[in-house]
Amino acid sequence: MSPVVRLLAKRLSISVIVLIGVSMLIFTIARVIPGDPARIALGPNATAEQVEQLRQRLHLEDPIWVQYGYFVRNLAHGDLGVSLYTNRPVLTDIAQFLPATLELVIVAGIFMVCLGMPLGILSARYRGRMADNLIRVVSLLGVSAPSFVWAVILMLLFAFFLPLFPIAGQISDTIPPPHRVTGFLLVDSLIDGNFKAFFSALHHIILPAFALALSGIGQAARLTRANMVETYDKPYIEMAESYGFAPRRIANKFAFRPSLIPSLTIIGLDFAAMLGNAFLVEAVFAWPGLSRYGVQVILRKDLNAIVGTVLVISAMFLIVNIIVDLLIAYINPRIRLANGGRT
Amino acid sequence: MKRTFVILASNPMSLFGLILVGVVVFSAVFADFIAPFPEHRGAVVDFTNFNQPPHWPNIFGTDLVGRDLFSRILYAYRISLMLGVVVLAIAVPIGVTVGLAAGYLGGWVDFILMRLTDVFLSIPPLVLAMAIMGLLEPTLTNGMLAVTAMWWPWYARLVYNVTRSEAQEGYVLAAQIIGASRLHIMFMEILPNCVPSIVTKMTLDLGFVILIASSLSFLGLGVQAPTPDLGSMVAEGGNYLPDSWWLTVFPSLAILIAVFGFNLVGDALRQVLGSDQ
Repeated sequence: MSPVVRLLAKRLSISVIVLIGVSMLIFTIARVIPGDPARIALGPNATAEQVEQLRQRLHLEDPIWVQYGYFVRNLAHGDLGVSLYTNRPVLTDIAQFLPATLELVIVAGIFMVCLGMPLGILSARYRGRMADNLIRVVSLLGVSAPSFVWAVILMLLFAFFLPLFPIAGQISDTIPPPHRVTGFLLVDSLIDGNFKAFFSALHHIILPAFALALSGIGQAARLTRANMVETYDKPYIEMAESYGFAPRRIANKFAFRPSLIPSLTIIGLDFAAMLGNAFLVEAVFAWPGLSRYGVQVILRKDLNAIVGTVLVISAMFLIVNIIVDLLIAYINPRIRLANGGRT
Repeated sequence: MKRTFVILASNPMSLFGLILVGVVVFSAVFADFIAPFPEHRGAVVDFTNFNQPPHWPNIFGTDLVGRDLFSRILYAYRISLMLGVVVLAIAVPIGVTVGLAAGYLGGWVDFILMRLTDVFLSIPPLVLAMAIMGLLEPTLTNGMLAVTAMWWPWYARLVYNVTRSEAQEGYVLAAQIIGASRLHIMFMEILPNCVPSIVTKMTLDLGFVILIASSLSFLGLGVQAPTPDLGSMVAEGGNYLPDSWWLTVFPSLAILIAVFGFNLVGDALRQVLGSDQ
């Protein structure tokens, strides 16, 4: 068994344990709250009988571990229960709203890596100089505001003041959306060969994705810089300098690569945090993602939907972390080639 | 302590941060005296002067029911800071104790406590706080509870890592040999060596708690009206862009200034105290 496969197996099994823990935690929180969820779901006009029926259907009379047992049994069949808010299976609801959120997060993640890391490299290469100070201040500003503040500011600047980008939504109303295959608008429009829809979707996603990415860009730049500055003190950099390698080559090849590994771990965490922050940006840009659904079900104390949403988002979070771990294992020859395969 | 402060004050960036933090704390503490309309913190209505752009004496303009935005922002700072201090005052001792116990005692204590920490850390922070907040009633106390629940694991993880490396040091071994109790070693020997990392993180976190709390209230899951809150002000004003820009721009900038200040100071502290992780 290759070390990478072993690493994957180990990380997967830990993730499953953690996910079980998450389900127990959120399930317990959801059931110990004061107030009758059945009554809240049905509203003040429902009769006592109707409330009783719903309580029966949700197994609310049983002890909590029995309820959890029902929950796990249904989950094994891929059933997260029915949302009391939309009256549809929770999984169907999530499947409808999740792709738009993921699309936003992925594009923001691309911004984060493609802008944050190069800024960090530049900053480290010109450390102590004007460019470095400027990048450091800008990246600190980036992490200093919640995404909704950036969303509002960017919208005001680049949608109202300079009307370069659309104000809201995922695609122009005048363009018929592509057939739903994956749920990712950018991918679906390409599958359809509908370039008009593709460019409209691209045009719509840039501003919200950038707002979502800003704190990640700042974080990535700061981390890359910090780790690279540390690497710059190593003797092999001095050796490379004395051999007369170009500063640019030293930065990109000798200083950047070793510092990539510690940066990647945190960037993975940041990427996963964007799953949460997407809620804020979606609210500003009326993005048809999981946000409105999530906030609505939370406000309505829709137990099944809350547990389901948190569980799915946590699963995404864990998957992202596993992917990052695998990437690190692939980049780091000490892991890729070692027999132990331990980090 | 004094030396640290002198170093912070001698660097222009961290000095700027100290000034920002000073201004924010000052305006929160003395809001009663600075605010031109202290009564506007509550449910006041003045339909003769509503939704007005900045003018004298409403230098930040007025909101949709005619309240002075500048006064409300000052009081919102007070609540945000109070929330930040309370959250850290609860979360830090919990996290530190968990981290110390898991790191020093090891074995099954380590396994159980750190897996529990992992569970909390694998729900995106904002989503966990949202879920807790939504399931409870949206009040200030519950807001603090929700944010605390997502905050302690980060301290547990930080202290755990420091403890694990400190436990190998000679002074811990020396304390063990002279027969010091485990509690003594954990809290009197190892803990003092974790303090620089904890203090640095707390400074940075005061800003981030403000950020998260405003995010919660932005989604309507935080402090409820008429209590002034930066997040809900932005949410409310967002519907009136771009015409009534002052409704969103000033509260947004207020958040940015406060968090930026704490970040500048925390960043400088991290370099001075040498607790770069």
